[in-house]
Amino acid sequence: MLSRVAERIYWMGRYLERAENTARLINVNTLLLLDLPKGVSLGWQPLVDIMGSTEQFAEHFTEASERNVVRFLIADEKNPASLLSSLKFARENARTVRDTLPGEGWERINDLFLKAKADLPSGLARGRRYDNLVEAIAACQQITGMLAGTMLHNEGYDFLRIGRNLERADMTTRIIDVRTAYVGTSVPGVELEPFLHAQWLSLLRSISAYQAYWLKVQAPVRRQEVLEFLFKERQFPRSVLHCIGEVAGAIERLPRNVVPLTTAGKLAAHLDKRRVSRMDDAAVHAFVDRLQLKLSQLHESIAATYFQFATMDARLRSGRKRKSAAATAGN
Amino acid sequence: MAIDWRQYQAEGFFDELIASPGKPRHAAGELCRFLGALNDQELAHYRSAAELAIRTMGITFTVYSEGDGSIDRAWPFDVVPRIIARSEWEQIERGLKQRVQALNLFIDDLYHRQRILKDGVVPRELIANSRDFREQCMGINPPHGIWAHICGSDLVRDKDGTVYVLEDNLRVPSGVSYMLENRQVMKRVFPDLFENYSILPVDDYPAQLFDCLSALSRRRSKRPEVVVLTPGIYNSAYFEHAYLAQQMGAELVEGSDLVVGDDDCVYMRTIEGLSRVDVIYRRIDDLFLDPEVFREDSQLGVPGLMRAWRKGNVALANAPGSGVADDKVIYTYVPKIIRYYLDQDPILPNVPSYLCVNKDEREYVLANLDKLVVKPANESGGYGMLIGPAASRKEREAFADLIRRQPRNYMAQPMLSLSTAPTLIDSHAEPRHLDLRPFILSGKKTYVTTGGLTRVALRKGSTVVNSSQGGGSKDTWIVDVEGN
Repeated sequence: MLSRVAERIYWMGRYLERAENTARLINVNTLLLLDLPKGVSLGWQPLVDIMGSTEQFAEHFTEASERNVVRFLIADEKNPASLLSSLKFARENARTVRDTLPGEGWERINDLFLKAKADLPSGLARGRRYDNLVEAIAACQQITGMLAGTMLHNEGYDFLRIGRNLERADMTTRIIDVRTAYVGTSVPGVELEPFLHAQWLSLLRSISAYQAYWLKVQAPVRRQEVLEFLFKERQFPRSVLHCIGEVAGAIERLPRNVVPLTTAGKLAAHLDKRRVSRMDDAAVHAFVDRLQLKLSQLHESIAATYFQFATMDARLRSGRKRKSAAATAGN
Repeated sequence: MAIDWRQYQAEGFFDELIASPGKPRHAAGELCRFLGALNDQELAHYRSAAELAIRTMGITFTVYSEGDGSIDRAWPFDVVPRIIARSEWEQIERGLKQRVQALNLFIDDLYHRQRILKDGVVPRELIANSRDFREQCMGINPPHGIWAHICGSDLVRDKDGTVYVLEDNLRVPSGVSYMLENRQVMKRVFPDLFENYSILPVDDYPAQLFDCLSALSRRRSKRPEVVVLTPGIYNSAYFEHAYLAQQMGAELVEGSDLVVGDDDCVYMRTIEGLSRVDVIYRRIDDLFLDPEVFREDSQLGVPGLMRAWRKGNVALANAPGSGVADDKVIYTYVPKIIRYYLDQDPILPNVPSYLCVNKDEREYVLANLDKLVVKPANESGGYGMLIGPAASRKEREAFADLIRRQPRNYMAQPMLSLSTAPTLIDSHAEPRHLDLRPFILSGKKTYVTTGGLTRVALRKGSTVVNSSQGGGSKDTWIVDVEGN
């Protein structure tokens, strides 16, 4: 498989997943604000920060009002991290690899973008926003399921899985971060304790994890268990550890996989041995930061192995070493 | 109103299907009876079935002039096929083979001894001024001495029924995928007709193309690595590039997927590492092929590609420099070229042409601009031409100026009365002008497509058939009929 094709399928998978999770993230925040006591106004700025868009946002807006942030994160095509931009990039990547996708795959992705472009900007008010976002999430999941059910499960599919799961792991950490960033904030005169349970519940619900949590943990919704579950529950498809396992599983089927497979293995081991349930909010936040860094290193090692050719081309420049390139290619 | 062939008038033109009102040509009899028996509703049904098939099969083309978001448009298609009797086609096929053989000998000669120039058959200045002659190709010996492996020649039929060659496309001719897809659409929509007719198949083209290309590989291997090199998804022919690659089971690559090593071999970048490429069916123009040799700013090409080609480590189809014979001025010399190399009379005639570079002919052209079609030597897709009779006085004057300034760049032809064929307009048939582009493959053996791509001008009275200018297409049937 051509590296360019592999890379575009990978990014298509990432952007689709990113779109879905951006929608989730905004819904978590909306629900969270509803669950907070009257008078506690924590605002929307943290969402922009968590998406890594602080500077871009500041270029366009002076105030992090709900209206501004939501518009920026959902409908702004100038913001490369917005939901609409993610769908656009997913579509552009899909377009270039159309011949490797099932016919309906490209059509659904194209449709999703066109529909989102038409519907989202007019549906930003709270009432319609929630439904619109839920719809977008469902459409992304439909595409994921359709590709799983119709696409040839060859290397192309492996790259799709890698992209999707790396992005999903990253976004799950961001969603946890939204939650813990708020709890870290103390508000004078307000007792937050009674609201905690409801908030963890809404967090689970917003990533469709409540039922899974209940089935698996069979305990009341509590901070320690929720964190443990979202970071490390191998059976839950959106937990960070599960996603890394999926990435490793896909890499295992690819050629020349020693370096990225080792990187993925180390990341899983690192996560596995940390006792996240004992961390306080500040520690969780720092842990998420480190985890995101490691996820991006995993991406780098995949990209260097399969998408970039600095090393491969360099070998080609010297006749003597070419043999070793051929030997590597054969394993 | 359903189709009534007695009402069908193609006065003053040769019609491909109807000899005179109410009288179909022999080979078209069965088809006309079938279509004539359909009511409006049935006609509408067939037409929408064809549109649906085109949409679901994703047959698209690109119009450059349209803004973002509409680069894919459904392929305009007419459900009434164009029919040619097999006996007539076989003659045309022989003529095409003869022509392309001579053109390949001509190109090979130009890049070697240039006998034809020394003998004064083709004037040396024409080559010296040619925009598509490539100095860099001198002395190169491509496999089998063939340069233009894929040629798409445009044929038209005049009032009296004579078939003329209008031009030869030897650079990167496109359209063959539409020929193949048109047939698929027709089979889906009119299965009954196919049972009653013996229509020669077209679908072995991808296999023929693959054989032609893989025979160019110099490396001994069971299955040489053949790739299709495309400029990318925004190219107007991208649909075709992807289609042919898929049909041949070849990789569809962009320039950035390829790299030339110090060993002067071409490799593609795959997830397994570098993998050697033997044959490149390139669908990008010469000047973008290799920034080391041609345009330095080319992002589409591969640095070092010409080096690899010259050494014979990779085959390029069509070979760089083939375009020298696709110049519309060289076109006027093709009958002489055929006589010179093959010592035969041309089987297919050229359209009579006037070369502006020759003083007498130029004077004639300038004096008769209102009767002539003037074409630039190097454009394709119907761009930059003057259709004299349809042009305004001002446009003609502007063109006269262009001709005086750069006579080498222009040639002129009398306005042909292109033949017509019945085309479904609303729910009746009207004559529309058309041409035909067969494809000729040259390699170890020569192969001509069965028929070709029929392009039709959908606007009443128009003779512009290019899809980029509002043309459509029809399926082309070569049929075996008794009594021919």
